[in-house]
Amino acid sequence: MSKYSVIGTRVHRVDGPEKVTGNAKYTFDLVLPGMLYGKVLRSPHPHAKILKIDTRKAKRLIGVKAVITGKDTLGRKQGIWRRFPELCDEEILCREKVRYIGDPVAAVAAIDEDTAEEALDLIEVEYEPLPAVFDPLEAIKEEAPQVHDGVELNINVTRHIEWGDVDEAFKKCDHIREDQYKLCSQAHVCMETHDAVVSYDYGGKMTVWTSTQSSYYIQRLMADMTGLREGDIRVIKPTTGGGFGSKFELDSAQFCAAILSMKLCKPVKIVLNREEEFTATKRRTPMYYFLKLGAKKDGTLLAKEVRVITEGGAYTAMGATALYLTGFFSSFPYKYPNYRFDGYRAYTNTATTSAMRGFGAPQSTFVGESQLDMMAEDLGIDPIEIRRKNGMTPNYEVPGQAYIQSCGLHQCLDKIDAHIKERGKLPPNHGIGVSAYGFMSGGIFNWFDTPYAFSAAIVRINIDGKVDLFTGACEIGQGSDTTLSMICAEELGVKLEDIRIHAADTGICPVDLGAWGSRTTLMNGNAVKMAAADAKRQLLEFAAAKMGPNIVYDFDIKDQWIHLADRPERGISYFDIVKEAIRGKDGETIIGRGHYTPHRKGMISPAYSFGVQAAEVAVDPETGRYKLVNVTTAHESGTVINPVGIEGQLEGAIMMAGGYGYCEDQPMDEGKILNPSIADYKLIRSLDMPETEILEIDTYEPEGPFGAKEAGEGLTNPTAGAIGNAVYKAVGVRINDLPITPEKVLRALKEKQKKSK
Amino acid sequence: MKKGLRLTVNGQPYELYIKPKTLLVEVLRDHLGLTGTKRGCDSSSCGACTVMLNGMAVRSCSVLALQANGGEVLTVEGLAKGNELNSLQKAFLDYGAFQCGFCTSGMLMSATALLNENPKPTKEQIKEGIDGNICRCTGYNSIIRAVTAVVKGEYKEAK
Ligand code: FES
Ligand code: FES
Repeated sequence: MSKYSVIGTRVHRVDGPEKVTGNAKYTFDLVLPGMLYGKVLRSPHPHAKILKIDTRKAKRLIGVKAVITGKDTLGRKQGIWRRFPELCDEEILCREKVRYIGDPVAAVAAIDEDTAEEALDLIEVEYEPLPAVFDPLEAIKEEAPQVHDGVELNINVTRHIEWGDVDEAFKKCDHIREDQYKLCSQAHVCMETHDAVVSYDYGGKMTVWTSTQSSYYIQRLMADMTGLREGDIRVIKPTTGGGFGSKFELDSAQFCAAILSMKLCKPVKIVLNREEEFTATKRRTPMYYFLKLGAKKDGTLLAKEVRVITEGGAYTAMGATALYLTGFFSSFPYKYPNYRFDGYRAYTNTATTSAMRGFGAPQSTFVGESQLDMMAEDLGIDPIEIRRKNGMTPNYEVPGQAYIQSCGLHQCLDKIDAHIKERGKLPPNHGIGVSAYGFMSGGIFNWFDTPYAFSAAIVRINIDGKVDLFTGACEIGQGSDTTLSMICAEELGVKLEDIRIHAADTGICPVDLGAWGSRTTLMNGNAVKMAAADAKRQLLEFAAAKMGPNIVYDFDIKDQWIHLADRPERGISYFDIVKEAIRGKDGETIIGRGHYTPHRKGMISPAYSFGVQAAEVAVDPETGRYKLVNVTTAHESGTVINPVGIEGQLEGAIMMAGGYGYCEDQPMDEGKILNPSIADYKLIRSLDMPETEILEIDTYEPEGPFGAKEAGEGLTNPTAGAIGNAVYKAVGVRINDLPITPEKVLRALKEKQKKSK
Repeated sequence: MKKGLRLTVNGQPYELYIKPKTLLVEVLRDHLGLTGTKRGCDSSSCGACTVMLNGMAVRSCSVLALQANGGEVLTVEGLAKGNELNSLQKAFLDYGAFQCGFCTSGMLMSATALLNENPKPTKEQIKEGIDGNICRCTGYNSIIRAVTAVVKGEYKEAK
């Protein structure tokens, strides 16, 4: 029997009943009395000076209440990397210059969306188009146009990571491979687009309802940009229709609605349409990858050298983090004694690239796992074997970077090995490719420069034993409300239905940095556990006083029963003690507080999860078309808190990461995204979805709540690499630029045929 | 020029005056406040707005409300009987067939339409039945498991 009553059990999501009845209210659904509707006018040019904006005609249109341009703002620039002012480079409403097709230049508030739309057509903007640059390799040339003044060679951020002696080590290698890759962009495609309702009142207070991954970030950035005090801005996250990395920066819907509302003292709602969502929000970072890998004959990896140039797009956003993390995760999940990474992020006149599920790790995992398979083949070693030989193990230090405590990579390799063997001989043109990966449980870095703990929680016990859990954690679909409620219930010894969670409302919840970097289960989970333990301790004091056992006995609570830890039959009802404790405290409710900030845990993350994935494909060599047949994942994420949640994360990741490898792309022409609709942007639909299987490996992470660690983003890392390796196994061709489309496979097959003739 | 529209939604008759170009989804969401039906695209390609019109699944973003004049519409709000969830809804809960929930109303309606037409669909037919609905969160397989459970009779409908 499990020692836990709540965690590890299959429960209904706490937000489930509201969602399956259509009753959950998203920002998209909100209507306030007197509310106006806003629309944003965007640049049609990839790069241009704004000479003049004439809003007079638009203002005269009946039903239009306000029109704003950059002149109506404080003229400040913002960004997530607040510690580095030069990286806070986005005005949101441009005043002098636009830098990509979609950059906002004006916004309108009107009585309805149609009127607002009509008004946009009446705004006259005079531009002076400037030469533009779209490719990062072009952008870093001397003669390239400058996207931001004073930024030499358009290089926005650089990152160097190094340990060991790479050059010496290469001399000792028996075999060296050098390979190049080109990685495409990817759109988040949250089913709820970016949207916000902002209400600024005559008392100078602002309330923002918005679909976000971090209510705190929005509150803080909004304060920076409007000059309001943080405490005068309340950000509430209603039910949110997906995030995947796209929703923790201040966006045009939030900011324009805020400025319009401040002008009018009326609520203003802005919902981005799907085309804006595709063209004018952030996206996955495209990268050029140059890799050099050296090994001994026996497959021991001695050295790796990585150079990356990323397409930054117009602004920094979270792209600097993507660069850093692609550099760090290029070493994963292997023990390289010598490693060097040099990364450059170049500004271009394209839509800004930033965070997307997995950050830079899906990129580094695709290229790394592809190259490793080729290395194994060159050396005549089995792909699983080379991973076994070099894979990370528990208590391993990534030199000078990170400390890995729990690590179940080798068990995962064993499981996948067995899975492949069990599958036996494959039909013709089928192939199974493997890919190993690891990921972090939240970032340690504080580029945002928050003075607060990274996560915090408050637990309040009411007289009837019902527990209110307050946390800044953001439920965006990933299941954090459920997982955190489970942690709270377990620690406090009550049932899941005893918990009511109040989350992501800055007016009542303590700060949490939000849902990104796969941080919530570990970081917020620790804060919730601490808060629940604090409340529990207060109850146990009363229980001890009441029962008066020998002082050597410990108390515990389980299933609403407060009892002697060693003699569970001797106890008292949780509900009775709650009543007495509140009476004993002169009527004060019981409040427990918890917080978590990682200390002395290296530079990246307090914990890492690992896994190995095997993808089976069936290729039609006549057409290059292929089918994803099966994706099996051996995965470890420490103690599993919410098993239904993990299955969902895993299968959802396969849809998204499989799409990254298989079909998703954002082709451009002169900075214009050519497929900005769900009709044209190819996503994996139910008929393309492979069979999925999950093989859970037991590990325990000492740093996590009840031994848990991340299980969200890391799962997006392996799939593209596994698909690439599977296609190679099936028909012997390698595609080094994502996505691996049938056309590319067919072309490669034809070339291969030509060569063999 | 506004036009009269009669519509029965979830068993409730309505009479309203609307602009002729008003979409069915707009009537449901904006005029009747039935916001369970979502919109996820501008190209009739995501399925988030799926409802049933006279027993057939339709994308309410690509139907003019006036085309539905005199018709019967079933939306996600009409699935539960009082506070008792129906089989599909229960199965969605049990099998974790949703995450953010934004596609869920449309998924439930597509699945409802499928089961109306074919109470014993094969797995492939279930996949086809929801192929017009994008879900960015779940990877579909949990949804397929949930529908399969209903097909297998794991749930008893409240009468
Ligand atoms: S809203 Fe996407 S199909 Fe109707
Ligand atoms: S549950 Fe989020 S889109 Fe389906």
